Amino acid sequence: MIPFTTFQSRMVPMPLNNIDTDQIIPARFLKTTSKEGLDKNLFCDWRYETDGTPKPDFILNTPRGQGAQILLAGDNFGCGSSREHAPWALTQFGFRAVVSTSFADIFKGNALKNSLIPVVVSPDVHSKMLGLPEDALVTLDLAAQTLALPDGTAVEFAVDSFSKTCLLEGIDELGWILKQTPAIEAFEARRVLSVNTLG
Amino acid sequence: MPSPLRTLSQKVWDAHLVREEAGAPSLIYIDLHLVHEVTSPQAFSGLRARGLKVRRPDLTIATTDHSIPTSDRSLPILDPIAANQVAQLDKNCKEFGVPHYGVHSEHQGIVHVMGPELGFTQPGMTVVCGDSHTATHGAFGALAFGIGTSEVENVLATQCLLQRPSKTFKVQVDGTLKPGVTAKDIILAFCARVGVGGATGCVLEYAGSAIRSLSMEGRMTVCNMSIEAGARAGLIAPDETTFEYLKGRPFAPKGEEWDKAVAYWKTLPTDEGAVFDRTVTIDADTLEPMITWGTNPGMGVSITGAVPDPSGIADALDRDNVEKALAYMGLEAGKPVLGRPVDVVFIGSCTNSRISDLRAAAAVLKGRKVDPKVRVMVVPGSMDVKRQAIAEGLPEIFREAGCDYREPGCSMCIAMNGDQLQPGQYSVSTSNRNFEGRQGKGGRTFLASPLTAAATALAGVVADVRSIL
Ligand code: SF4
Repeated sequence: MIPFTTFQSRMVPMPLNNIDTDQIIPARFLKTTSKEGLDKNLFCDWRYETDGTPKPDFILNTPRGQGAQILLAGDNFGCGSSREHAPWALTQFGFRAVVSTSFADIFKGNALKNSLIPVVVSPDVHSKMLGLPEDALVTLDLAAQTLALPDGTAVEFAVDSFSKTCLLEGIDELGWILKQTPAIEAFEARRVLSVNTLG
Repeated sequence: MPSPLRTLSQKVWDAHLVREEAGAPSLIYIDLHLVHEVTSPQAFSGLRARGLKVRRPDLTIATTDHSIPTSDRSLPILDPIAANQVAQLDKNCKEFGVPHYGVHSEHQGIVHVMGPELGFTQPGMTVVCGDSHTATHGAFGALAFGIGTSEVENVLATQCLLQRPSKTFKVQVDGTLKPGVTAKDIILAFCARVGVGGATGCVLEYAGSAIRSLSMEGRMTVCNMSIEAGARAGLIAPDETTFEYLKGRPFAPKGEEWDKAVAYWKTLPTDEGAVFDRTVTIDADTLEPMITWGTNPGMGVSITGAVPDPSGIADALDRDNVEKALAYMGLEAGKPVLGRPVDVVFIGSCTNSRISDLRAAAAVLKGRKVDPKVRVMVVPGSMDVKRQAIAEGLPEIFREAGCDYREPGCSMCIAMNGDQLQPGQYSVSTSNRNFEGRQGKGGRTFLASPLTAAATALAGVVADVRSIL
């Protein structure tokens, strides 16, 4: 994993609550067996007409939707399914953070495993950010756990300490768990004495 | 010093702690890993890239359910992308030694239907699957939750997951359900009460006399939709109903092992006096059949109720949310859903495709004809359900009523396999999600119970089953 670094970016506002994973990447695109190529169908049904032409007023089809790395979304972002295709599609499109007032649990976990930072801010800060000018630049510093707004305020956000360390140091989670193999073996040895599981 | 009184989910958690380390999440052991074709291929590729094996193929089972057609199984899958995904799971399972109940297996089925019915799911287990409706297995008193593909890879390789404990949330449901009101209505009422994100960060425990009186299949319906309120998992304490259901299932413990297991399972229920972080109560006596009107499962009302009027909502984003949902659904604020014409009725999915669901629908449809304008699809949850239905003569009842009775799979719950709504069409569906486009691009979904679905099929409009009971 590549260590996560501080970055500055414009924001793409998508002020809708409960944006679910079926909107982020509709299920019909989950028949793939690879992680690649999902960005072209990110928000597909909001983004394209039935014949495939882009809907001109959808934000990702406007200049504002191009090249920005922060998605500013409404409450409970990523609700619905466990599909990791959602953060894959978002990161392939170029997003490195989603800012919201809350996230669905599974999405949040999946995002952190893909270097996509779920940033929870208060409703007040959220409204303030939605009111910023289109070209406002925001700086995300994961080490400091801050979002620096153009007026100089630094908004602090919470992030799981273990995920933060993994992201900043480029630690691979599976590699970390594999190092715990002796503990896993000891647990398995203990369990044989307890209840039998699979018949 | 933690309280010595523990909830059911805390007991299961404690029994699976492999290792704790300051600053890191807990490493917990997984007893049962369910795998399906959609969320696993990238995980198997990851194992291959690292040269890893599946640590415990004996604790892992796979089935094929999401991408497969529900038409004649002897024919090849026409969609080449779906065919490749299905073939990939077969190949991965062979290569890594994972038992696979594939397309032609006599036990194939929706992962959350076939796992419990074969006796794989047992009280006190930790169960995971790359699928958010894994919460279903909580009906047995298992700690069961959905995971992403990276975590699928972690569990395949190590049989462990890094997790932090969730908050505990008790859903107390007391009273007696009236005729026409079902387990599905309990969970739709709960989702409507707390909202689609209302239980985020929580593990639910459903308790109370109304839950105790549910069959295992009804309990699975309730737990299945825990995720629709945002909860990681939803559990029900194991009791005689649980043991009765499990006894004699192919993978349930036998003989002396059974007695030992039951003795252990009896220690699992939440200790008297254990404290939950939050509690909500639902009165089963006054519950009516429920139906959703909007574009998330929390947008539900009783079948005789009206859809909300956004003009009365103060918060701008909440108001937008309701306005957008009504516009998508083509509904008028303040009007009831009852009486709206529908194009499709779908009876199926891991929420409501078990034998008791089919029996309930068949009891309503028997000797009657569905409205000829409505396409009524009945999709059993598994091959075992299908066989049982045949033994009870249910397919004839469905066919004579004018239903399209199909082969087991996820089907129109997720519309990956060609079973889908056309843009603008309305369905009453016994599945669990009414998100925009969930049942086909532009399709509009009303979620309800199998009874409401069957009554709607007959009437051709959203109907209250109580009027024909
Ligand atoms: S039936 Fe629907 S919700 Fe259940 S596992 Fe299949 S797609 Fe998912």
